[in-house]
Amino acid sequence: MEISVQGRPSIQAARQDFPILDQEIGGHPVTFLDSASSAQKPRQVMQAVRSFEETSYANIHRGLYWLSEEATRLYEEARETVAGFLGVEDVPTLLFTRGTTESLNLLAYTWGERNLGEGDEIALPVMEHHSNLVPWQQLAFRKGARLRWIEINPDGTLDQDSLAAALDRRPKLFTFTWVSNVFGTINPVRELADRAHAAGATVILDGAQGVPHLPTRVEDLGVDFLAFSGHKMLAPTGIGVLWGRRELLETMPPFHYGGSMISTVRRDRSSWDVLPNRFEAGTPNISGAIGLAAACRYLDALGMEAVRDHDQDLLAYAFEQLASLEGLEVFGPEDLAGRSCVVSFRFRNIHPHDLATLLAREGVCVRAGHHCCQPLMREIGMMGTTRASFYVYNNREDVDRLVQALDKAGRLFSGVKCKP
Amino acid sequence: MSHPEAISDDLYREIILDHYTCPRHKGHLETATHRLEGVNPSCGDMVELDLEVRDGRVVEVGFVGEGCSISMASASMLAESVRGQTLDQVRLLADTFKARLLTKGGIPEPPEGVDIGELEALDGVRAYPVRIKCALLAWNTLLEAIENER
Repeated sequence: MEISVQGRPSIQAARQDFPILDQEIGGHPVTFLDSASSAQKPRQVMQAVRSFEETSYANIHRGLYWLSEEATRLYEEARETVAGFLGVEDVPTLLFTRGTTESLNLLAYTWGERNLGEGDEIALPVMEHHSNLVPWQQLAFRKGARLRWIEINPDGTLDQDSLAAALDRRPKLFTFTWVSNVFGTINPVRELADRAHAAGATVILDGAQGVPHLPTRVEDLGVDFLAFSGHKMLAPTGIGVLWGRRELLETMPPFHYGGSMISTVRRDRSSWDVLPNRFEAGTPNISGAIGLAAACRYLDALGMEAVRDHDQDLLAYAFEQLASLEGLEVFGPEDLAGRSCVVSFRFRNIHPHDLATLLAREGVCVRAGHHCCQPLMREIGMMGTTRASFYVYNNREDVDRLVQALDKAGRLFSGVKCKP
Repeated sequence: MSHPEAISDDLYREIILDHYTCPRHKGHLETATHRLEGVNPSCGDMVELDLEVRDGRVVEVGFVGEGCSISMASASMLAESVRGQTLDQVRLLADTFKARLLTKGGIPEPPEGVDIGELEALDGVRAYPVRIKCALLAWNTLLEAIENER
């Protein structure tokens, strides 16, 4: 990592830590604008995983030899590092999972199965990703519970009337995303959590798009559970986190049964280990956890405030530059302070998949489609959008290349006139 | 390490953009004897194909749909190319077109008596594996719609 004159790693120099960006594909530099889907990895993360696997790898918890003890120590140290990154003081309440999807399914199958019943309500915004929607929809089917939808305003913010109406019905659960992966909307977590608690609800936060971009202190968020993935925050795939309040986690039945999560097993009965093991059945993703800890250290060194400022700078620049394109409409809040650097747009009548293909030819990697938000797409009357998203390694030149590629695509598609 | 080369515009050929912008036979048929909806779940593209089949011949075609330029242009080109053909000719053309896009390596020679015509313009899709299903959506829907007409 480059050290700036202030002695801190500099976000301007961060790009050099990402070898994948230092190449050409099809004669074009890689303009990677799909971090909201999955982020690239810095050398420091890859190095941490590699060094662990080259010197200290073994299964954790059971081995009585040095490698296993060392792997166990590094795995539990990774948990402490990630806990520290989030301001979690009760470290065993931080559970490693495969990612946001598994964290939310874990909650649906444990907390949900135990606490929801016939006629109970689950309040959730229509902007939710399928991963924070389908588990609850299916739980509701199983339990005879009901989903209570919170609608959205045209600018991608929550509709206050339907929010108030949903909370008035005293839902058992209020689950919502911190940051919309389509609109970039930053939901006011603390305010929503407090209101939901006042209405008697348990509060789950999908932090998949929030934790990688916004400074996170779990106590300040005021939620009961927080789920997120490592791979959107510079860590490898297959590792994620579920944090929960101890008093809730301890009353939840296990999710997966098997090794590591038990206390004793008899032929006719078993008992469960304490947190966190109780929810980490089987051999976990040890290397992934170590990679996630390295990613947290990397982001901590950059400073999450600096990450946020960098996002805001790119977002402002992107808005300014995209405005120069005739017929380009950006979805989501206009107030940049209320959004993260996810920019979904429509460009004239060019289908998102055509647009993404045309941009790809210029080396510009964007996402196109429904972004795992089909109910939301139906709500805004679109089959899909094209989405550019930014992270620590992006710079203004990436925005310029996006705008140039869009301009070129626009010219290709506007060349045809129909014969009368 | 090998990466795909930057491809000059062999995908969005003018004829494709023309069919996309100015689709032929767009709309439902009041006289339809066959109607089938086809969907690509992974991308959300949808086409609803109407056929009027009389005495083993497709006498009229119509379609409505939503999707990318490749899927919609392909549907429009399908409508033009199968109109007036016998069901056997239609099947042979559809199979020939599918083989054209799906065969790895060189493009297979069309069988005797099959004129691929304008559909050749979709050859560029072969270089974009994820888009092949776009070009095939209407054709698969067509084959399914006439499956029981033997």
